[in-house]
Amino acid sequence: MILRGINLSIKKGETVAILGPNGAGKSTVLKILGGLIKASSGEVKVNGLDLKKDSYDVKRKIGFLAHNSFLYDHLTPLENLKFFGKLYGVENVEERAKQLIDEVGLSFFTHDPVRSFSRGMMQRIAIARAIIHQPEILLFDEPHTGLDQQAIKLLNDVILRMRDEGSTILMVTHDFQQAIETCDRFIIIKNGKIVDDLQNVERNIDTITEKYMEQVSGL
Amino acid sequence: MNKPNDLIDIPEESRLYKTLFFISIPMVIIALYLSFIYAPVERTMGVVQKIFYFHVASAWVAFFAFFIVAVFSIMYLIKRTRIYDVIAGVSAEIGVVYTAIVLITGPIWARSAWNTWWTWEPRLTTTLILFFMYIGYIMIRKMDGAWEKKARLASVFGIISFINVPIVFMSIRWWNTKLHPVVFGEGSDQTGGGLEPEMLVALIFSVFTMTVLYSVFLLKGVYIEKLQIQTARLKEKIQEKMIS
Amino acid sequence: MNNLFKAAFIIAGKDLYSEWKTKQVVTTMLIFAGLVIVTFSFAFDPSNNAVRAIIPGLIWVITIFSAILGLNRSFLSETKNDNLYGMIVSPTDPSSIYLGKVIANFIFVLIVQLVSIPALFILFDFRFMGNFPLFLAVVVLGTFGFISVGTFLAGLSSNSRSSEMLLPILLFPIVSPIIIAAVQATRILLIDIEQIASAISWIQLMGVYNLVFFVLCLVLFEYVLEV
Repeated sequence: MILRGINLSIKKGETVAILGPNGAGKSTVLKILGGLIKASSGEVKVNGLDLKKDSYDVKRKIGFLAHNSFLYDHLTPLENLKFFGKLYGVENVEERAKQLIDEVGLSFFTHDPVRSFSRGMMQRIAIARAIIHQPEILLFDEPHTGLDQQAIKLLNDVILRMRDEGSTILMVTHDFQQAIETCDRFIIIKNGKIVDDLQNVERNIDTITEKYMEQVSGL
Repeated sequence: MNKPNDLIDIPEESRLYKTLFFISIPMVIIALYLSFIYAPVERTMGVVQKIFYFHVASAWVAFFAFFIVAVFSIMYLIKRTRIYDVIAGVSAEIGVVYTAIVLITGPIWARSAWNTWWTWEPRLTTTLILFFMYIGYIMIRKMDGAWEKKARLASVFGIISFINVPIVFMSIRWWNTKLHPVVFGEGSDQTGGGLEPEMLVALIFSVFTMTVLYSVFLLKGVYIEKLQIQTARLKEKIQEKMIS
Repeated sequence: MNNLFKAAFIIAGKDLYSEWKTKQVVTTMLIFAGLVIVTFSFAFDPSNNAVRAIIPGLIWVITIFSAILGLNRSFLSETKNDNLYGMIVSPTDPSSIYLGKVIANFIFVLIVQLVSIPALFILFDFRFMGNFPLFLAVVVLGTFGFISVGTFLAGLSSNSRSSEMLLPILLFPIVSPIIIAAVQATRILLIDIEQIASAISWIQLMGVYNLVFFVLCLVLFEYVLEV
């Protein structure tokens, strides 16, 4: 995937939705920020720290939630969370994991292998995994796809709560409705370029759809 | 990142290729003359010994091509420019052909020299291992996925296998000398020693010719590869137009 | 540096714990090793005295083939839910992931050897009379070299859809020096003990090989892990 001249600065506490057609490079932007892909040129800075040089410190601040859960099928939610918690160097990892499982409403299933979970349940644990180290920055890659209403509500609650706590949130999504409910800045990407950056707009689905169609369908 | 990776405008072949191509034709003829007519027939082995000029030259190119693969693999990992990956890939493809030539001519020569088709002799065995490593390298390149991924993985494998070559050679030599380690210095060199000056001239010239021939193939291969990339890109563009 | 080892131990611990829970990999490797021994007993008559000469080779054939099974699983189990990405986005150095995987695979193979080598000796009625500490050193060094390159190439080939087929083709040429060295050293220690001096130099060769390739893989693994 080729990105050209993406120049994006996001202030602390902003919630940003990245919109765009398939193959526009939305996920690539997120993957570069998360450190999954190395950009061939350019730099990523968080609080003045460079992602390449201080990757350890930067990555501790980032929580990443993708379409796939990153969870191990044969391990229980608790074991999964403990493993990732340890990788992030979380203290009192067992307590924190239990508390999070409680929060996502799966405490009854703490000791069942993740294998038997539905997609919605998996995603709840995945959310818990992404926020286990209380990240300042959250990156979401298509978080709403394939979720039931209840799980969507839970995810939005988490996003809104994290926002109120002052976290910065970036979300790549196709789901305009959810984007509008949670985000206050909208970036539209097409062919690897930022074509529109909507700030302080009316949070109304029609406005956004109109702007989006204007950018995407107009050649 | 796009400029050096955009290989779209390549109307014709480089001048270097053309020059080398026209130099290589007389060189091949001279090399054939030198090895078949100029150099005397070897006393014990007879005419079969003539294969030696091509065998050694091919072996040199086989290992040299692998060296080129390793060099351009390292360069690719540092610079991430597509042309380096193309060169490494083409060099590997030529290398595998030369390695096959060595593995075919080797036994023919060995049959008349040592009266056996194959010996687990260090140079021959190392070439065999090299052949397998080349195959592995090419298999990585034929994997499905984006070219960046394949180029990256192939480069890593190219570097690892290149470093492996001397270790393989050394361990086979130890193994062969019946467990009396000789690390350096010539142990049992079957070719050296009594080489007549005419033979040496023919040998050196054919090695040189093979190297020029390798460069010709390399440049041609890179050119073809570029054309393929360009075709793929044009196809993509047409596809996009037809859909929208 | 501290983080490197800490994360590696966490990852290795996770792999070992998963294995403890499912017992899939080691069991399969053990059964496979058993089947290889049985097949060998058909191929080479165990009652024949000359069969002693092939025991050193058998030890390594068993190790290599059963290790390949484990190596294949090692990274495939990380691709199911993109678990590997989860590790990459966490503050974990790629080298730690490699190191953790090497530790886990190494332990799996050692467990298999712990059972299969004595079983081989018993079933082929082989009496061990060599130098035991040196034999142990050869087994550990050879296995480590094989596993460190194997883990690296398993990570590399896991990018392919047909990784089970790709791994052996990539792995065998690269590990050929360590296989030669390990088989030769084992042979000397088991049946040709007078040659012990050259066994030592084979051990040295294994040491050098392990050092070179372990460091190389540790450094290059970063490039294998990119998405």
